[in-house]
Amino acid sequence: MDILFLLIPMSLVLVALIGVAFAWSVKSGQYDDLEGPAHRILADDDGAPPQSADTGIAAAEPEGARRR
Amino acid sequence: MGNEATFNYRVVRQFAIMTVVWGIVGMAVGVLIAAQLLWPDLTFGIPWLSYGRLRPLHTNAVIFAFGGSALFATSYYVVQRTCQVRLFCDRLAAFTFWGWTAVIVLAAITLPMGMTSSKEYAELEWPIDLLIAAVWIAYAVVFFGTIAKRRTPHIYVANWFYGGYILTIALLHIVNSAAIPVTMTKSYSAYAGVQDAMVQWWYGHNAVGFFLTAGFLGMMYYFVPKQAGRPIYSYRLSVVHFWALIFTYMWAGPHHLHYTALPDWTQSVGMIFSLVLLAPSWGGMLNGIMTLSGAWYKLRDDPILKFLIVSLSFYGMSTFEGPMMSIKTVNALSHYTDWTIGHVHSGALGWVAFISIGSIYYVIPRMFGKTAMWSTRLITAHFWVATLGVVLYIASMWIAGVMQGLMWRATNPDGTLTYAFVESVKATYPFYAIRLVGGLLFLAGMVVMAYNTWRTVRGSDAVEAPIPAAVPAHA
Repeated sequence: MDILFLLIPMSLVLVALIGVAFAWSVKSGQYDDLEGPAHRILADDDGAPPQSADTGIAAAEPEGARRR
Repeated sequence: MGNEATFNYRVVRQFAIMTVVWGIVGMAVGVLIAAQLLWPDLTFGIPWLSYGRLRPLHTNAVIFAFGGSALFATSYYVVQRTCQVRLFCDRLAAFTFWGWTAVIVLAAITLPMGMTSSKEYAELEWPIDLLIAAVWIAYAVVFFGTIAKRRTPHIYVANWFYGGYILTIALLHIVNSAAIPVTMTKSYSAYAGVQDAMVQWWYGHNAVGFFLTAGFLGMMYYFVPKQAGRPIYSYRLSVVHFWALIFTYMWAGPHHLHYTALPDWTQSVGMIFSLVLLAPSWGGMLNGIMTLSGAWYKLRDDPILKFLIVSLSFYGMSTFEGPMMSIKTVNALSHYTDWTIGHVHSGALGWVAFISIGSIYYVIPRMFGKTAMWSTRLITAHFWVATLGVVLYIASMWIAGVMQGLMWRATNPDGTLTYAFVESVKATYPFYAIRLVGGLLFLAGMVVMAYNTWRTVRGSDAVEAPIPAAVPAHA
């Protein structure tokens, strides 16, 4: 099972890298607020921008201005 | 192109439409090979249409063409909307679309010609593997480049899932596809014997874990809250879900090699890691479903939400079934039978396809300046036809699988086998017929989706939505 000499060290390196990513995410304040991010994606209105069906020209009005 | 005031919807649109197209192609090939199991002479012995060549075409088409396109489309959409910024490098994003399409077309040509590395889910020969690696690295650059230039300080949890899947697949593909080329169309794996088997299933199961799970969980964490209009049940749990899954997934692969030449302890390690996975999987499943807590009525008349929520129940079912089947004593019965096929399709049709279909129904109208698909009734029809199809498919394969396992192990008092192998094949025929009906229903649902998509898209113009002005951040 020589292959384990490749796969196990690779897993350990990977786990170490994931650990670094985790440490970064905690230290950089990614998890300081664990409520807001869930609501913020809902505040992003990604409905269709107003559009003239006849001319096919999308109105330039910014999307955020519109609330359904 | 290159307008920083708008989102790059072009590449999302291309992948979203191709998801529907490749879905039909991949599932049609699946229906054909299911029919071949029922009627072996169906394709008149034409070598290019033989089961052995079409089966890898089916798996590659549904996993990498259909599922892959859905992942590309939704990850590009989600990363732009949650980071409030246009995709990094339009040209590279366009390269990922055309490069991925080229990979799929090359697969559709080479696999029926019998060119294969014979590694499951990694059958494509080395020149195509190199192209996949190039496309995938470009994908990583586009995705992480977009994260890097985000206008929101927080990286939404869906992006963590997408990011994890992109990086892991790059590593898995490059390690497993290492090969020594002989000619342009033939190579030999860099590993031999049981070593090769170990690498293959280290890749194979992590492809399930990261391509078919982590990526689609990214989809779930964005589209379930968006379609329900409610925040995810617990954002905290979603973060725990991500890190738990990422830290524990890598070593489940050996459960594909129970009772083989693989050392016994390695098999046990694989089994234990598989059992551990039940916890994060169910945590995530409950988190998604409970998002509807207090708003269950929304399920009644929103077929897109039906797709998304039912996909989570199939996710829960198959992530319970998987660890159970990885237990050695259960595996002794289930291995090599059609139970495995049923399990895979419970995940592939019920979870992966349903969550993709729901998400693509969400995305497509927005790509064309519409607020909804052309017909909601057709989405409802699609949902019920597809659900019936999945249930017929997996129930027939469960029964067939357990029956095969029991017939193969049955012995007479004198120690001889009770049944010849061919008797178990004969007994499976009715279940192959039911499975074919299930597959046909699922394919019919995709055709309905394609018609609905065509009516939605027809005569409307592609839009590039403007990026909203910065929202004031609140702590």
